[in-house]
Amino acid sequence: MRYMLMINNDEAAMAAMPIEKARQMSAAYSAYTDALKKSGAWLAGERLRPTQATTSVRIADGKTNVIDGPYADTKEQLAGFYMIEAADIDTAIEWAARCPAASTGTVELRPIWEMADYLPKD
Amino acid sequence: MDSRPDIARAAAEAAARQSYGKLVAWLAARTRDVAAAEDALADAFAAALERWPKSGVPEKPEAWLLAVARRRRVDAVRRRLTREAARDHLKLIAEEMEARMTDEDLPDERLRLMFACAHPAIEPGVRAPLILQTILGFDAATIASAFLVSPATMGQRLVRAKTRIRETGIPLRVPERAELGERLDAVLEAIYAAFAEGWSDPAGTETRRRNLATEGIWLGRLVATLMPEEPEALGLLALMLFAEARRAARRSAEGEFVPLAEQDCDLWDRALIDEAEALLSHAAASGVVGRYQLEAAVQSAHAARRLTGRTDWVAIRSLYDALFSIVGSPVVAINRAVALAETQGAMAGLAALYVLGDDKRLNEYQPYWAARAGLLARLGQVPQATEAYDRAIGLERDPAVRRFLQGKRATLRN
Repeated sequence: MRYMLMINNDEAAMAAMPIEKARQMSAAYSAYTDALKKSGAWLAGERLRPTQATTSVRIADGKTNVIDGPYADTKEQLAGFYMIEAADIDTAIEWAARCPAASTGTVELRPIWEMADYLPKD
Repeated sequence: MDSRPDIARAAAEAAARQSYGKLVAWLAARTRDVAAAEDALADAFAAALERWPKSGVPEKPEAWLLAVARRRRVDAVRRRLTREAARDHLKLIAEEMEARMTDEDLPDERLRLMFACAHPAIEPGVRAPLILQTILGFDAATIASAFLVSPATMGQRLVRAKTRIRETGIPLRVPERAELGERLDAVLEAIYAAFAEGWSDPAGTETRRRNLATEGIWLGRLVATLMPEEPEALGLLALMLFAEARRAARRSAEGEFVPLAEQDCDLWDRALIDEAEALLSHAAASGVVGRYQLEAAVQSAHAARRLTGRTDWVAIRSLYDALFSIVGSPVVAINRAVALAETQGAMAGLAALYVLGDDKRLNEYQPYWAARAGLLARLGQVPQATEAYDRAIGLERDPAVRRFLQGKRATLRN
């Protein structure tokens, strides 16, 4: 099964991290990504720019609204994602727990909803 | 750190757990329906956890729980208590309560229930969770996060396992002598899984979930108390106590990981070590050696450093040799390789590790990569050591251990 690991971190806390810790953190991410790749679980993964670089788009009453910033104001913000292949949710949880973000923020796990599972069967 | 209310709460919780487990076991022994027994007592247990810390533990905790369970039933507060099976249990309570509870204690059926939970017909992965739930009253969500699975999955597994006990006709009894060894091992393994959560580092046991470790020790004490003549039960308790004794030394004041070799022996809990040593020598008197006694003996050799100032790696290596001939798991092999490196040099240790290289499971096993990295580093094979450290770092969940490994990696001479 495919799973999306959504990394949610407190941006302010992350930004305030001393440079040495930040280096260590990014090395931990590299090692984690590598471990994913070497075990064959890695499908994709990227880091996102902070929310100040976010633009939200909505169309209401035929009018397009383009807004600066994220839609919701929460303590943690989406900071990146991984897409992995895992036999089941237990295996995916195991990978999520190893993600460095699991000890700084929250790693949200969502199974990919495969098209074959939601399209009406002929 | 421990305030008075905390102590009261902990005492109440322990008493409630003990009584709850005894009652579930006692009821289930009569009907084999563990789920219904739990249903019948769930509210009473919750009420006890709420009330006992304030009012103190009642003189007859079991009688108190039974009385509440009955009253709740009469009040029909909870819909689920009208379930057929729970009603039968409460009828049983009503009938037997006065007869039983006036002047004598309930017979302790917890051991039988543990053997049912760790029965070969129950999936190995669910045995420890099942024991935690039935004997200690843990809820599925708490167990799920301890064992890193989703609460929904854990809930389903527990329900399925209880259904199996009922429908498959798994007996709630202590097995006969002939099969006791293997069956007791399954019980001990489940308890150890709760304690160690299936994970240890090459240097020694490193427990991250304190609460579960405490519960594991509690269960270990229970089995050792109920089966005082079983050397392996004593060995397991000794093993857990040795590990627990080192808790304060495992992290620096700043929260950094401290490997066993660098731990300050003065921070080890001497009372726990003494208790573990006494258990171990009592077990050894039986003349029957087993896995847990050997593992405890390894810990005992590590603990001896506080007296001798050195670690007897030769003894540790021969203990792992013996352990490997009994268990033969890759985990034991890794520890053996580490001991081998200490006695015969890093090259010998590395050779022993490479033999394991084909085992696919090791691809995702952090201690293997950490051990390999350490030995490669010692041999000055920087590129390979770097790669192995990276694997270990990427597979590690504990941020403190991760930082420690990163520090080790950083000191490699490039």
